[in-house]
This record gives sequence, structure tokens and C-alpha cells, in this order.
Amino acid sequence: MKELCLAIVLAPLAGAIAAGLFGRLIGRAGAHWITILCVGFSCALSCMVFRDIVFNGAPPLNVALYTWMQSGGVNFQIGFLIDQLTVTMMVVVSFVSWMVHIYTVGYMHDDPGYQRFFAYISLFTFSMLMLVMSNNFLQLFFGWEAVGLVSYLLIGFWYTRDTAIYANLKAFLVNRVGDFGFLLGIAAVLTYFGSLDYAEVFAKAPTLVDTTLRIWPSSTSWSVLTFTCLCLFVGAMGKSAQVPLHVWLPDSMEGPTPISALIHAATMVTAGIFMVARMSPLFELSTTALSVVLLIGATTAFFMGLLGLVQNDIKRVVAYSTLSQLGYMTVALGASAYAAAIFHLFTHAFFKALLFLAAGSVIMGMHHEQDMRKMGGLWRRMPITWLTSMVGSLALIGFPGTSGFFSKDGILEAVKLSHTPGAEIAYWACLSGVFITALYSFRLVFMVFHGKPRMDHHTAEHLHESPAVVWIPLVVLAVPSLVAGLAGVGPMLFGDYFGKSIFVLPAHNVLHQMAEEFHGAVPFITEGMTQPPFLLAMSGVVVAWFLYLVQPTLPGKIAAAFRPIHAILLDKYGFDRFNDWFFAGGARGTGSKLWRWGDVALIDGLLVNGSGRLVGWFSGVMRGVQSGYLYHYAFAMIIGLLALLGVFVHHLFT
Amino acid sequence: MFEQLVFYAFAAGLLFAATMVITVRNPVHAVLFLVVAFFASAGLWMLLEAEFLAIALVLVYVGAVMVLFLFVVMMLDINVAALREGFSTYVPAAGIVAFLMLAAIGLVVGHQHFGLGAVPQPPAAAADYQNTAQIGRVLYTQYVLPFEVAAVLLLVAIISAIALTLRTTRQTKAPRPERQVQASRADRVRLVKMVAVKPEPDRIENP
Amino acid sequence: MLALADFLVVGAILFCVSVAGIFVNRKNIILLLMCIELMLLAVNLNFIAFSHFNRDIAGQVFVFFILTVAAAESAIGLAILVVLFRNRRSINVEDISTMHG
Repeated sequence: MKELCLAIVLAPLAGAIAAGLFGRLIGRAGAHWITILCVGFSCALSCMVFRDIVFNGAPPLNVALYTWMQSGGVNFQIGFLIDQLTVTMMVVVSFVSWMVHIYTVGYMHDDPGYQRFFAYISLFTFSMLMLVMSNNFLQLFFGWEAVGLVSYLLIGFWYTRDTAIYANLKAFLVNRVGDFGFLLGIAAVLTYFGSLDYAEVFAKAPTLVDTTLRIWPSSTSWSVLTFTCLCLFVGAMGKSAQVPLHVWLPDSMEGPTPISALIHAATMVTAGIFMVARMSPLFELSTTALSVVLLIGATTAFFMGLLGLVQNDIKRVVAYSTLSQLGYMTVALGASAYAAAIFHLFTHAFFKALLFLAAGSVIMGMHHEQDMRKMGGLWRRMPITWLTSMVGSLALIGFPGTSGFFSKDGILEAVKLSHTPGAEIAYWACLSGVFITALYSFRLVFMVFHGKPRMDHHTAEHLHESPAVVWIPLVVLAVPSLVAGLAGVGPMLFGDYFGKSIFVLPAHNVLHQMAEEFHGAVPFITEGMTQPPFLLAMSGVVVAWFLYLVQPTLPGKIAAAFRPIHAILLDKYGFDRFNDWFFAGGARGTGSKLWRWGDVALIDGLLVNGSGRLVGWFSGVMRGVQSGYLYHYAFAMIIGLLALLGVFVHHLFT
Repeated sequence: MFEQLVFYAFAAGLLFAATMVITVRNPVHAVLFLVVAFFASAGLWMLLEAEFLAIALVLVYVGAVMVLFLFVVMMLDINVAALREGFSTYVPAAGIVAFLMLAAIGLVVGHQHFGLGAVPQPPAAAADYQNTAQIGRVLYTQYVLPFEVAAVLLLVAIISAIALTLRTTRQTKAPRPERQVQASRADRVRLVKMVAVKPEPDRIENP
Repeated sequence: MLALADFLVVGAILFCVSVAGIFVNRKNIILLLMCIELMLLAVNLNFIAFSHFNRDIAGQVFVFFILTVAAAESAIGLAILVVLFRNRRSINVEDISTMHG
């Protein structure tokens, strides 16, 4: 089992090394074959481990592989913790990654950085697996930073584009903010728990419930757990793109579409969700932290969804929907429904990867045109893409029976029942989010696939279904998008699927409460048909149909009528402008002030040139004294003699 | 009483001559007043029973050094006006410095410290006291080494004075071996390449 | 009766006069040399006075040496002066200012 896990992790790394360092040697085909085989191997092994743990009931594996160093009684180790939560993530990560690898063969077909791309995504798979399989905070942080690095590299994959470089720098910097919080959280863990090992930390957590700390001497005292959890959650906010650290995610769409699917929708951005779920024994003990998580998630879910309504770039619409869905997951975490969050993560990984890949397929068909206003009526030419997009969108809006329905309904129900402070607001935000989700999802579907074609003649002529290597992953992803929920809802959401890997206090256990009313998936569906979320989703679809197919001129009129609101939405609530003005501008301003005052004036001016000038001034004075005239020296001697005489006489008479 | 009269006369002469030395326009006059100062000084030394030094001062200083000064002053064509420029501007400064110095020294050397009460008149020397013999006795015994050094010093002064003022322009014609050995072939021989035949003069066509 | 102080005061005055002479005749090297001679004279007067009142011949020996050195000094000083004048056609101290830079 241990060796198996090691193989799962190392196979993508081997692929990455082969494609990255020997890419030219093995060629384009060699690169994709090696990496696809490695990741496929990893995926297959993950499935084996999944089977062992979940179906055959093997005990969770917690093993330290290698001690990196020992310092002050703390072990810094590399190790694996393989339990139900981990295997779920492993399967999702390796499977989606594998699909994306295959899809990339088609999508990146003509790109000069082909091998590099495969090396990156394999490296990403390795990093993400390291992250989820870790049994300690150090390795978690390693994986966390490694995926951040790969994300940076891939957003800037087309490094000659200014926008791509801007976007990857932005992603990196915003993630630094989150990672700083995360690092503080890890430091707090190390300080108060004395260990970085999950098992030890979680075992010790209940004993620290009443411990408080002061950040600086006169500040109010904080609960240690609340502080730690909030710091860790800041990390999750950065990685999982929660308000206000979400700004990087829409821009990350500058990267190639497979990356948007893999990293910025399905896997990496869910690292934060996974991490909070993993830390459930800590978060459970701090109601404050849960409440913050809940509110941040609700804010993200609702407001980011709204932004999806006004975007015209197909990938950006999907990106904002990702933000919104991440918000849902975070809300579930805040409501202590960790299982629901992971379940939604699980289903979302499939249907969002599907949607992105479908968007990629459309983009390929449209000759890398991403503006939805120039599409329309594609369903005839790209039937498979259309069908799979439809499946993905239905799953996204939570159409009964699809995977999204179960997970999203689970979250909504959980929030409704939760007693965490702020749960009520979160519930209404999420409920309205359902309508918005449906509206923008089907806006996308209708604008892209239906209505009159709006593209130019040349593009229209060459429009055709993407190659098999592209549509096969779509179909393969469409299947779990449809049925994963049906299969998973019983055990994952309400059953004992996660075992001891997720800890929930009985008082918070809303899912348990829901489980008592759960009588199987089919009644859940029929009951869901009558609930407000379904009705809202359907009304969203109808409104989208009306606005974008029946009366295509109406959206413009509405936008004109609500111009201020529309402007705010187009401005993305001004986050970017604020960041540019306050943080970037502030940093530049501070830097320039420091440069001007500190460097130019103080160091260069005062210290460097100043000391030089002082010496110059002093020597100028001394040069004046050293006139070279004989009598000046004579005078100096005489006056010196007089002074000595004065001293002598003074001593004589005192 | 007579001694005091002599002392005051010589002291007044000395100080007057000294003052004139530093104030007169003409350097020749200044040298002559310096001679007067030396004479007066020699008189004072006589009063102090330093006969040998008094005579030596007159002979050596007045007779040799002052003549040297006089020679130099007369020989050089000195622009006195330029040298006197700004004379009066420094008079106050000179007065202040001199006065301060005099006050400081006067505080130490006044009568309260060196008056007759503090340092009594020495007993009169014996009738056969010979100042010159006394000096000679110690000079050639106790101070023989400094005496030799002083002699060498004078020799050095003589040589250096000659060396400084000697004009080194060469008057006679003579070969210079050190230049001769430095001569190279290039300085003396020049090879010229020429056509072996003599070019024919341009023929002038007859009209 | 003459006291030691009388001679010392004369010496002091003579010394101060020569100091003042250095100030006022700062441009004329010949006069500077003469002032130095006057200073030495004042010092010599002191030596001889002390020698007389202390009945110690060493003071006079010292004056003897001072006279020797002073003679040598004036000889060399004048020689330098002559060379200087030969090169510069001037004995103005202000013209000797190569070190002024």
C-alpha cells in the first residue's frame, strides 16, 4: 500500500521530468505518450487504493516515509495519510488530470511549447497529489506552493503575451497574500501544538479550546484555535479564490483552456476546500472561524455569480461560475457540512472540467475566438460539444438527477439547517445564487449554441466538430457529471463514507439531521422537484431563454435601464481597480517614496554623497588653511606658541 | 648707579634699534639698525660679564653675518614698495599678538619672581677671572663633542651655501662620453633607395 | 642694583618686538630672517643673564652654540634667498606659493 502510494505520486513526476528535461529527445508524441501513460498509471493505482479503502474497508494509512530534518524536537517529515477523504481527492485529481492530458493532445496540437505544457501539467498532478496525500502541514505547504508555482507557470504559458504575464503575476501575488496567512496558520499550529503531524495536532486540538493568545501585548485576546483557523482559511481564500482574494482567478483564463479546466476549475482551486475539510477537527472547535468561512463563502457564491451575467468571454463566464461554485463549497464548510463540500467538489470537478473543455472545444472550432457575441447556432456543427455542454450546464444549475443537483441541494439544505451565526444570510445568498447560476449558464448555452450564427463567413465555413481526442474526454467527463451524484449522494453525503477522516461536532452535524429524512436518491429527486432551488433554477433557464433567444434585444435595454448596476458589475465591483490603486499603486508609491527619500535623499544623498561632501568640505577648509604662504605657517606657529604660553602661565598661577 | 645708567642706555638703544629694524622702509637701513642692535646687545652682555661672547657677537655677527646680509640686500634688486604692501593692515594684529605675548611672559619674568629678592646679585668675580678661559675650559672638555658637531655644522653650511648659489653653466668645450655611448645607428646613418639609372630630362619638343 | 628681572624683561620685549616684526614684514624674507636673528638675540640675552646670576658658565656655552647655528642658518637662508631671487626675480613671499596649489 505504501509503495502503491509512492508510485501514484512519483509516476506523474517521472512523466514531468521526462517531458520537461528530455522533451526534445523524446519528441512531441513521446512527451504526450509518456505523460499520459504515467498519469493514467497513477489514476489506475488511485482507483485501486480507492477500492481498497472505500469498498474493501481497509484501515486508513498514516505513514511517515522520510524524515527530512529534526529541529528543536520537531520532525519535518514526508508522509502519507490515506483515508476516505484523500482517496476521493486522489481519484478526482488523477482522473481529471488524465482526461485533460488526453484532451491537450488535440487542443495544443500546433503549439510550440507542447512538451513544456505536458511537463507542467504532469508536474501539477504530482504537486496536487502530494498536497492531498500529505499527513503533515509541511508537505501540505510544499504541495500548496508547488501547485501555485505550476499555476503561475501555466497562466503565463504563452509568455509572450503581456496579458498572460500580467495575469500570472497577479495570480502569484494574490496567492502570496493567502499563503502568508497560511504560513502564519502553520506557524501557529507549530507554536501551540508542537507538531506538524495531522494526527498529533488533531488529537491535541480539544485541549486547546480555552487557550487564548494576544497578537500584540495590548490587543484583545484571541482563541488560539480561532486564530489558527482564520489564518489557515486565509490561505484557503487565496488558493480557492474567495472574496476578496478572488481577483486572480478570472484573469487566470489567460492560460490555455485545458489549464483552466484542470487547475483553475477542477483541482487546484479546490485545494483550499480540501484543506479546510482536512482541518475539520480544528475548525469544528471554533464557531467564529466557521462563521467567517460561511459568510465569505456566501459572499463569493452570490456576488461572483452576478458577475458571470455580464461577461461576454466564454471562458470568463465559466470562470465566474467556478468562483461562485467555490463559494458554495465554502458555505458548506462553514455550515459544518464538510461532506457536502467535498461532494460538491467531487461533482463540480467533473462538470466544471467538462464545461471548460467544452468551452475549449468551442474556442478551437471558432479559431480561438472567445467572444460569445460572435458565436451562436453552433449546435448543428458541433453536436457532441453541444450535448456535453448541455450536460455540464444542467449539472451546474442542479437539474434534478444530475450530479450537481445532489451536491448543491445538499449544501442548501445543510445551510438551511445550520445554526452557525450567519447561516440565514448565507442560505438566502445561496438560494438566489441558484437562480443566477441558471441564468448565466443558459445564457452561455443559448448565446453559443443556439440562435442565429453571428460569426463571420470564413469561420462559419470552417466550423466543424473537434477531433476525437478532444471530444472523447468530453464524453468521458459527461458520464460522471450525470451519474456521480446519483451514485455518491447516499454514501458520501449522508452515509458514513468519510469515516473518521472528517470530524463534525454532534451539535453542528446538519448532514446527520438531513440523513434521517433521506430515503434514497429517487425520493430525493422527486422531493427536490418541488423545492425552491429547482423552481429558481428553472425560472433562471426560462428567463435566459426569453432574454437571449426570444427577445435578444432585451438584455441591452435592461443593461441600459440599470446602467449604474451594470457598470458596477462590468467593473467587477472595483476590486481590480481598488487593488491596482491601493495595493499596487500604494506599493509603487511607497517604493518610489522610499526610493526618493530613503535611497536618493538619505542613503545616496546624505550618507554616500553627504559623507563625501563632508570630507570635501572639510578638506576645502583645510586647503584654505594650507595656503602655501610661508607667513601663514609662521603666524600659525606664533599663535600656537602664544596659546602654549597661555596654558603654561595659566598652570603656573593656579 | 653707573651700571644702571649703562644698562638703561644699552637697553633703550637695543629696543629702539629693534623697533627700527622692523619698521624702516629701506632694507639696507634695517640691516644697519640690526647692527646697532647687536652692538647694544654686546654692551648688555658686557654688563653681564660675558666678555668673550660680547666680542664674538661683534666680530662674528656684525663683522661677518651682517656684512653678508648687507651684501645680499644690496646685490638683489628688491622692489621695496611691493614688499611693504599691506604693512599697516597687519600692525594691529601684530600689536595685539606682541602685547599678549609680552603680558604672558611679563607675568612670569617680572620682579616678583626674578627680582633681587628672589635672585640676589651674584658675588663679584675674582680679579683674575677670565671669561674666555672659563668658556674654553668647558668647551674643550665637557662640551667637546657638541663643539665638534658645531664645527661640522658650519662646514655643511659653507658647502651647502656654495652648492646652492653655484652657477652650473658650462664654460669649456669638452666631449660628453655619456651622450656618446648612447648614440645609435639610426641617428647617424640613413639608407635611401634610388633607381639605378639617372632619369632622362624631359625633352622639349621643338615646334 | 640690576636685577635678573631687568634683563629678562628686556629680552621679553625684544622677543615680542621681533614677533611683531614677523607679522608686519610678512612679505619680505630678508626682514623675516632679521627678525629671527633678533629673536635669537633675545634668547641669548636670557641665557647670558641666567648664566651670570647663577654663576654657571654652561649658559654661555649654549649661547656659543646658538651663535654658531644662527650663523649657519643665516648663511644658508641667504643662499636660498639668492637662488630664489635668481629664479623668480622677487623675494616676495606671496610669489613663493607653489604649494598653494
